[in-house]
Amino acid sequence: MTTIEQKIHAAKKRLLEMHFHSKVGHIGGNLSCLDALMTLHHEVMRPEDTFILSKGHSAGALYITLWSLGKIKDNDLKTFHGENTWLSGHPVPGWMPEIPVATGSLGHGLSVAVGIALGRQLTQTPGHVYCLTSDGEWQEGSMWEALIFYAHRQLSNMTILVDCNRLQGFGNTTDTASMADLAKKLAAFNVPVTEANGQNPKAIVEAIKQQKHGIIVLNTTKGAGISFMENKMEWHYLPLNEQQFHQAMAELT
Amino acid sequence: MRKEIANAIIELSKQQNIAFLTGDLGFMALEPIREALGNKFINAGVSEQNMISVAAGLTFSGLQAWVYSIAPFCYARPFEQIRNDACFNKRPIKLIANGGGYGYGVMGATHHALEDYGILSTLPNMQCFIPAFAADVNPIVNKMAKIPHPCYLRLGRCEKPANFTLEKYHPWRRLVQGHGPLLIFMGPLVGSFIEPSLQIEEKNRPEIWVATELPLSLESIPTPLLKKLADARNFYVIEEHVATGGFGQQLLWLLLKNDFHIPRFFHGFAKGYISGKYGSQQFHRKESGIDLHSIFQSLNLTLTELSS
Repeated sequence: MTTIEQKIHAAKKRLLEMHFHSKVGHIGGNLSCLDALMTLHHEVMRPEDTFILSKGHSAGALYITLWSLGKIKDNDLKTFHGENTWLSGHPVPGWMPEIPVATGSLGHGLSVAVGIALGRQLTQTPGHVYCLTSDGEWQEGSMWEALIFYAHRQLSNMTILVDCNRLQGFGNTTDTASMADLAKKLAAFNVPVTEANGQNPKAIVEAIKQQKHGIIVLNTTKGAGISFMENKMEWHYLPLNEQQFHQAMAELT
Repeated sequence: MRKEIANAIIELSKQQNIAFLTGDLGFMALEPIREALGNKFINAGVSEQNMISVAAGLTFSGLQAWVYSIAPFCYARPFEQIRNDACFNKRPIKLIANGGGYGYGVMGATHHALEDYGILSTLPNMQCFIPAFAADVNPIVNKMAKIPHPCYLRLGRCEKPANFTLEKYHPWRRLVQGHGPLLIFMGPLVGSFIEPSLQIEEKNRPEIWVATELPLSLESIPTPLLKKLADARNFYVIEEHVATGGFGQQLLWLLLKNDFHIPRFFHGFAKGYISGKYGSQQFHRKESGIDLHSIFQSLNLTLTELSS
């Protein structure tokens, strides 16, 4: 039987291949959240649950996760970022139930997820809602509007995960518009908040088990698992050249 | 029209599973909806961006989400949420915007909505409704409820003369028949033109039409108006909205695209804040030259000019 670690390992390799062949970036943020996406979809979520990727620039990680579940075909991954594709750089809706909404403009997905969770409560529809945000995304004012609403409504059927890799588009989050200590700030809204190692599947599962709703701040590393990418802001954007690709793949074998 | 919207929503909730969200507004108007809808009446607080996205999310459970606010807070503040979360995702959320045009008068520019349906008309899957009279609200709400994508409803103040009998609701209605100039309106402003026009003898009396829905389609325009437009040497479009993207431009584009010959076109529209000073809705209409007096004055000039 394949373990979650083995599945993540295969997913990471396929993610790098996909990015290398499509010659596009956003690899760093995909690698920081891939462990969480894989763990969530393989180990935690039930068929009635919904996932919203609020940090839409990690679309690659989501496509790879859905590929690992057999929901996206390998041939489709080859169209990533190409012409006539569903697999655009940020998720677009209308082609598979696992991607219900367009995301990519930061600060939207969380509010939509809150609406989905509230709708389920109002209509007594089962299913938990999971929403993954980035850490830089919390600089958007609408995130705090959503958090106030989430806290006020006590939406016990929803969990917010924060991919806290501490790097954003043009610098460190602490140097750009610091929200440190983010976990403390979030907890001040009177919602349960816990932290976990976002690169460790067991720690992620444990955190979700322990805390049924609220916020899980995942401490992650941008470019996790690839030595020359880790904690390097430029891997928010850069595509892999051939040498880098082979080096990255070698590090994963 | 706030009383009418409350009644229409309450009636609708008896047939359809709806949620109603307000951005902390609706005092002395929405209380009956709150009572009727119970926990599906949601005061989202002063957070319009979140409110729109939450509304989009609610629709995934089969709820139809109606969202209420003062017009600019309803479409301008959360524009990207409308575009991305409602329109791109084709969610059936229904925006109710109170105080179209200069409706909030001396409350100031921040409370006016002069570019709402023009901006929203650029979005995919969006349909706009601009009732001219209070009696239009109920049929429009019922129509919006059947549309499986986002809609925008611009409410204003009904200016229908008390003794004037309205025909059944239609997106295009002839309110005054005459052989004078052809005036086509969008919005409640038309109400103030009815009675004075009826007092003019028929050969000079303006023919007045009102349109209430966008986007426009040639098929929806009644044949008598199409004939008039085909034969007219000129016509007036009057609206409480800026020219860019407004009803006038949309109508002209439609007609030209369909090979209508338009020798002359006159447009009365909201011109913003010409003097920099503020006043009632009527004050701003007058400054923009779209009040009854200004339009009638310019019509006389135009008629003189044409006959010379």
